[in-house]
Amino acid sequence: MSTFTTISAGSNSSRLDQRSWLETTAAWVLGLLWILPLLYAMWAAFHPAAFATRFDITAPLTMDNFLAAWQAAPFPIYYVNTVLLVTIILFTQLVLCTLAAYAFARYEFFGRNVLFSLVLVQLMVMPEILIVRNYQTLSALGLVDTLVGIGLPYFASAFAIFLLRQTFKTIPQELVEAAQMEGASTLQILRHVYIPLAKPTYLAFALVSISHHWNNFLWPLVVSNSVESRPLTVGLQVFSSSDQGIDWSIITAATLLTAAPLLIGFLIFQRQFVQSFMRAGIK
Amino acid sequence: MTTTARHIQAYLLLLPAFVLLVSFTHFPAVASLIESFLSTPKGSRPARFVGLENYRIMIEDPVFWQAMSNNFWFAAITIPASIAISISMAIWVNDKIAGKQFLRMSYFLPTVMPMIAVANIWIFFYTPDYGLINQVLQALGFPGQNFLGDSSLALWSITVVAIWKEAGFFMIFYLAALQTLSPSYREAAQIEGASKWYYFRKIQWPLLMPTTVFVLVNALINAFRMVDHIFVMTNGGPNNASTLLLFYLYEVGFKYWDRGYASALTIVLLLILAVIGLLQFFLLDKRTHYK
Repeated sequence: MSTFTTISAGSNSSRLDQRSWLETTAAWVLGLLWILPLLYAMWAAFHPAAFATRFDITAPLTMDNFLAAWQAAPFPIYYVNTVLLVTIILFTQLVLCTLAAYAFARYEFFGRNVLFSLVLVQLMVMPEILIVRNYQTLSALGLVDTLVGIGLPYFASAFAIFLLRQTFKTIPQELVEAAQMEGASTLQILRHVYIPLAKPTYLAFALVSISHHWNNFLWPLVVSNSVESRPLTVGLQVFSSSDQGIDWSIITAATLLTAAPLLIGFLIFQRQFVQSFMRAGIK
Repeated sequence: MTTTARHIQAYLLLLPAFVLLVSFTHFPAVASLIESFLSTPKGSRPARFVGLENYRIMIEDPVFWQAMSNNFWFAAITIPASIAISISMAIWVNDKIAGKQFLRMSYFLPTVMPMIAVANIWIFFYTPDYGLINQVLQALGFPGQNFLGDSSLALWSITVVAIWKEAGFFMIFYLAALQTLSPSYREAAQIEGASKWYYFRKIQWPLLMPTTVFVLVNALINAFRMVDHIFVMTNGGPNNASTLLLFYLYEVGFKYWDRGYASALTIVLLLILAVIGLLQFFLLDKRTHYK
């Protein structure tokens, strides 16, 4: 009894700061569960196949699985494809959506609200829902099985337009007027006032866009049907679903290869990643 | 600059984005509606008007109803589970807790990994006999299960993966919201000697409501477009037990090449998304009354 009173009276922290062991345990169990698939993949990928399901601390380490995966499928080409695809999409998104966001943020024109609602429709109806019709459009344009074809439906991103418009709207009018006094044209103002001040938003959007398109699968699966246009995700699926009885360890190695650049980037720039996703989430 | 010139300039700025937006969002939505009333063109036979035939096929198609019911249960479990987990995660890593850095990293990790890749790892957890979960089950003396091959377990198995993938992503939004809460609420609760649960229920939860609406809408949309893992893990099987709507749409459109029927399925998905859109509008509208 006396111990209880001393604790509650003597400590400065209130009940809100007390953390029961139950809570800490729960947080850790969840934390371990959440990282377990990655840990397991690393175990299987860095050890010989014989140890894929046997957890023996003395098991020898090896890079053979990565080498085997790298040689068994055209992963180098898939890598180049994904990097190109992600770059093309991000670059086009930034250009097109900056222009559109600028118009929405700083111009008065007829039909502005209606047009903006039309943009927002894409937040609900993502291109993957419309794969059947969009595939027909791509065949009509002769862009099936090309990287541009995979990227095309994503170039105009409602999310980017929305995010940039919000940011542009917060930029003080005085800065714009000062630039106007110096005789800057509208596009010069965009280039020298708006874009530099929106840098954090650009970074946030870039990280979200890169992780989304690096990981995207369904639409690239539909559009690509040769090695030349296949991104990593589709390549991995083709590789791991071929019925040649490929070793489990090699598949996990290939899996890690697919995720590695983003994963390593995330581990190094954790703070930026988390903050970017936060920034993108707050409207 | 004259007003007309500014108008024209605005339209020119919008033009490139709008051409693409209309071509790949608005046009295909309308075109799908029209094509859902047409037959699928085959060889020399062009598409012709068949009225509601595709919808009649849909109503009589047991696989469609199976996909609908699967998708309903998939959403009904994934959404509340991932929201509850993500709130707990956010509250934990927002407070002082041992290993906060590690926990935050671990929770968020699935978000940056491709679903197609993590599904490959999860398959192995689920594999009969030597898969990780079965090894644990057998060590504890339970019978092993064929998680992905058993039609009563397949849907739940892919649901778990979806929750695992999404919770950390939603955590970010809650974390952002928690950080904007004024510390004075906490101080007041401290002075009153409120318990943690009380503080959560009476203060944090109501204040987090706008975030919950936002997360809920996102979770709803995701429940109808998260299908990547199905390609890797079950291919919709066994016996369509784990088919979701979008996956079925893909099969009809790109395996059976039945464009008419696929268009009708697209319209169903669009209707569902429209309902979610209205729900968001309604919920957000209601929320503003609090302010």
